[in-house]
Amino acid sequence: MAGIEIRSLRKHFGDLHAVDGVDLSIRDGEFLVLLGSSGSGKTTLLRMIAGLERPTSGEIHIGDQRVDGDVPPRARGIAMVFQSYALYPHRTVFQNIAFPLEASRTPRKQIEEKVRWAAELFSITRYLDRYPRQLSGGERQRVALCRALVRDPKVFLLDEPLANLDAKLRNTARDDLKRFQRQIQTTTVYVTHDQVEAMGLGDRIVVMEHGKVRQVGTPQEVYEDPVDTFVATFVGQPPMNLLDAGDPSLPPRTLTGFRPEHFLPQSVFGAGEDLRTFRFAVRRVEYLGSDRYVYGSVAGTGAPDATIIAKLPATIALVIPEGETHDFAVPRRALRYFDATTGLRRTA
Amino acid sequence: MTLPPRRTFADREEVLGAVMLAPALAYVILLVGVPFVFAILLGFSNATAGSLSFGWAGLHNYRAILDDPIFLRALRNSVIVTVGSQVLVVILATAAAQVFRAAFHGKRFARFVLLLPWAVPVSLAAIAWTWIFDSTFSVINWTLKAVGLLHGWLYWLGDPALALLAIIIVQAWRIFPFATVIVLAGLSSIPQEIVEAAIVDGAGFWRRLLVVELPLLMPVVAVAVLFGVVYTATDLGVVYILTGGGPANTTHVLPTLAFQRGILGADLGQGAAIAVFLLPFLIVVAIGMLRLAHRTEVGGAQ
Repeated sequence: MAGIEIRSLRKHFGDLHAVDGVDLSIRDGEFLVLLGSSGSGKTTLLRMIAGLERPTSGEIHIGDQRVDGDVPPRARGIAMVFQSYALYPHRTVFQNIAFPLEASRTPRKQIEEKVRWAAELFSITRYLDRYPRQLSGGERQRVALCRALVRDPKVFLLDEPLANLDAKLRNTARDDLKRFQRQIQTTTVYVTHDQVEAMGLGDRIVVMEHGKVRQVGTPQEVYEDPVDTFVATFVGQPPMNLLDAGDPSLPPRTLTGFRPEHFLPQSVFGAGEDLRTFRFAVRRVEYLGSDRYVYGSVAGTGAPDATIIAKLPATIALVIPEGETHDFAVPRRALRYFDATTGLRRTA
Repeated sequence: MTLPPRRTFADREEVLGAVMLAPALAYVILLVGVPFVFAILLGFSNATAGSLSFGWAGLHNYRAILDDPIFLRALRNSVIVTVGSQVLVVILATAAAQVFRAAFHGKRFARFVLLLPWAVPVSLAAIAWTWIFDSTFSVINWTLKAVGLLHGWLYWLGDPALALLAIIIVQAWRIFPFATVIVLAGLSSIPQEIVEAAIVDGAGFWRRLLVVELPLLMPVVAVAVLFGVVYTATDLGVVYILTGGGPANTTHVLPTLAFQRGILGADLGQGAAIAVFLLPFLIVVAIGMLRLAHRTEVGGAQ
């Protein structure tokens, strides 16, 4: 068990600054998710913690051991699960899970015990004699987790381990993973580009972009209090609406942001609610079963053509005809303000 | 431009295929198949060079060579040279492939140099090697002496055991560049994540090589060795030029002995019998290796 300290960590590939000065403090036992699009540096950061990539500069501490520099992966007390699972195709499931134990010269009997224990935990005992190619994607993923588990690592590193599963399986696998991590309470760093995964799994989320950390916080903080327009639009589906509302009470060049689920017909709000109202010209309504997405634009703003999205839950049965203008509103407590030039949050 | 509305010759794959295959097939049948059948027939005959008479001799030729100590020696040499050189080739090729996998300055040039032995004509290379092993001017002896490792003098091609070793070295030298290229291709087909998983799992260099990479390379190595076995077991040039089968017929391999008996000695029947003697064994080896390659085939595990 150990936390991880990362100080001004950089990784440059020639002119490309894959990781560009990251400071991060990962608590002991925490489930931390690195969230970002491809090229944001999240995988490179994970690989540096693993020791598969050497930092250009900066420090990494796992527990009380400084590991950047010459500490090889095997001496870092880490276990890693790869996106492709990277199972050894010529070894049976048993031999796959036993591999790290063999590498650390564990006595035979102990290997046998540990492999069976781990296999039991993930209920794959009956596949122990099979080869990876004879397993389904979900089973392979569990074998990969078993192989990581038997080493008793101080830190789990997971690189998009659910990306290769089909959507249905991904939900149950996510749940299994979270329960499992709660149970063993090992510090876990999880890389993903899928914000649903990030929100669902992480104790805290690190939003990354262009090799830099944009925000660190609980899923709720990141979603409700984004520090800038990037995080505001990157997290949440559909993204936060941003518009220059032209309010005279606000400083010039201020963007007003609100989540689509807060943008509702004025009539659904109670009388006591402090509202900011908009004239919403509806272009199109998308029926999605549990929700309706309403696309349109808001008159009297800096960019009158910008698409604004409202997300109406199925519980609001109101008919919204396309092509008409309606009175919509957002509770003032749900409004967020950003500087239009820097993109940073404003308190106003 | 309008396309022909009806099926043309080029659309009829079954006909077109046969027509395009015919030249290659004719070539193989006339220049490989027919001589091959002749060789098998000759092995059962008493035909001699310089005479058109052809009489059946049954198994006489085979009985004769099996009673012949020179043949048995050549057979033994063939096996030793083939196995010995292939063991050397696998080790050298695996090592060289590890080197060439790393990035270093002058890699392209090094790769070009590496491939030279394979591209040089056998006869030319063998002549160069006769100088390297020469009883008076041997570079190897000179080097060993200069470093102080050698105190007497090694008569490379004059001593039967050393001569055999020399032949193995040259055969390995000739085949290993090709094997290296094959192993290199095999290495690059191992997914990077599997190698990294082994690193993270705590496997050192040797465990990675022996427990992960080599087993995954088995299919390609088997193919490389199969080629090597066939090249070496059927090669005439190296032994012929290096030792001519000497000293005192101790370093003959089957091809050189077949050539000596059948062409130089004019006993076509016996020459043919010697030449085709290894055929059944080579077939068994080939089938075995292809089976092995197929069984360990794990690529595309998805």
